[in-house]
Amino acid sequence: MFTIKQHLMAQSIEEGYETLVKNRNNVILGGTGFLKLGNKNINIGIDLSDLDLDYIREDENNIEIGPMTTFRSVETNKLLRENFDGIIAKSVEEIVGIQLRSVITAGATVASKYGFSDFITALLSLNTQVELYKGGIISLDEYLAEEKIPRDILVRIIIKKDGKRAAFKTMRNSKSDYAVLNCAVSDLDGEYRVAVGARPGRAVVKTISNEEVNNKIDEKIEAVVNEMKFGKNMRASGEYREMIAKVLIRRCLEELESK
Amino acid sequence: MEIKLKINGINKEVTIKEGEYLQSALKKLGFLNVRKGCETGSCGLCTVLLDGKPTLSCSTLAVRGIGKDITTLEGESVEVAKFAEVLTGEGADQCGYCSPGFTLTVIAMKRELESPTIDEIKHYLTGNLCRCTGYMGQLRAVKKYMEVK
Ligand SMILES: Cc1cc2nc3c(=O)[nH]c(=O)nc-3n(C[C@H](O)[C@H](O)[C@H](O)COP(=O)(O)OP(=O)(O)OC[C@H]3O[C@@H](n4cnc5c(N)ncnc54)[C@H](O)[C@@H]3O)c2cc1C
Ligand code: FES
Ligand code: FES
Repeated sequence: MFTIKQHLMAQSIEEGYETLVKNRNNVILGGTGFLKLGNKNINIGIDLSDLDLDYIREDENNIEIGPMTTFRSVETNKLLRENFDGIIAKSVEEIVGIQLRSVITAGATVASKYGFSDFITALLSLNTQVELYKGGIISLDEYLAEEKIPRDILVRIIIKKDGKRAAFKTMRNSKSDYAVLNCAVSDLDGEYRVAVGARPGRAVVKTISNEEVNNKIDEKIEAVVNEMKFGKNMRASGEYREMIAKVLIRRCLEELESK
Repeated sequence: MEIKLKINGINKEVTIKEGEYLQSALKKLGFLNVRKGCETGSCGLCTVLLDGKPTLSCSTLAVRGIGKDITTLEGESVEVAKFAEVLTGEGADQCGYCSPGFTLTVIAMKRELESPTIDEIKHYLTGNLCRCTGYMGQLRAVKKYMEVK
């Protein structure tokens, strides 16, 4: 269990950021679901919950998710259920129970680049950007590719409304456990983005087009999986994960073809 | 630090430490029905309603309860009595340790979902673990309760 010396209800993102960079033991508080599993001695816990960062909204081009939005809001939000065949909402609905999902947050999850994350995999299959307070707007691909987690505040998740159709699949050894593997595929006019997470490392994405593989599902799967690495942890071996990846990608592609 | 919380419609004051969780603050105020189980976010025993939504009090900072309506079992006596009758009738209450959190989730579900399917009911209740009943009795009780007008 972590300890907090001082709790700061930030009055602006600037105040939160200034506090964050002052001391390595000053920490942003998301839902604190994950922080409480560790034993960090936090100097100042920076609370963003008074800054109206809990929103899911759209404009002409994008859907935006605020960092303090809970997974329960992501799961039940009409906009997220109606766009991209609902995969963003679907990606969080098997995470433990609704009571936990009412606490844990979208921003903390993406900012932390968790390898096991179902949500990140779904976002990665789409045209997603993240906005960091100091770092500005960058693509999620680029954000995840950078090994280090920046000392910055994730202030927005931006998903381009480009009309992609999408499918999401996850496999768990038992309900409410972490995924053995998760996979999301989006399709825009025969251009596929295939994201695979819980490998168990961070999610990665490969792009492939119908033309490259003569529109054959088997060839698409091979082309993607051959370029990905799968490892072992207590839930599954690398070999097993690779087999499951082929099955989940196939199911996603078949689902997209049947739509 | 002294904070004010509105619990079951009544304003209460409680002194908390920095970073203290709602479950612990509620315990200090005598709400012993709000159970402590795993404390890792996995069992649902500590469920309370926050603005009507089932929420883990073991994972919600007490300060985040300020300005919200916090409901414990004591705040839902009419619905609790109705559900308790079907729950015990189905032999689905054994040691009873999971019952407060489970009951609050079921009450919230009845308000939120209209004519849910069995799968929707199971999905809503996934976060409430029970070590005793094997869930089938609970499920029968929930089905009966959902039909109770
Ligand atoms: C019991 C349990 C089971 C889980 N199971 C799953 C699962 O099956 N699948 C899955 O995908 N996920 C799972 N998760 C993880 C969950 O989805 C969240 O990713 C995780 O809890 C982090 O969210 P939080 O709001 O709790 O973050 P916190 O614990 O508050 O924060 C986590 C980290 O993010 C930092 N942070 C918070 N907000 C920001 C921000 N805006 N900008 C920058 N940094 C920030 C914090 O400083 C901290 O370092 C599980 C979590 C728990 C507790
Ligand atoms: S005690 Fe809160 S989830 Fe187990
Ligand atoms: S009745 Fe004993 S834990 Fe549920």
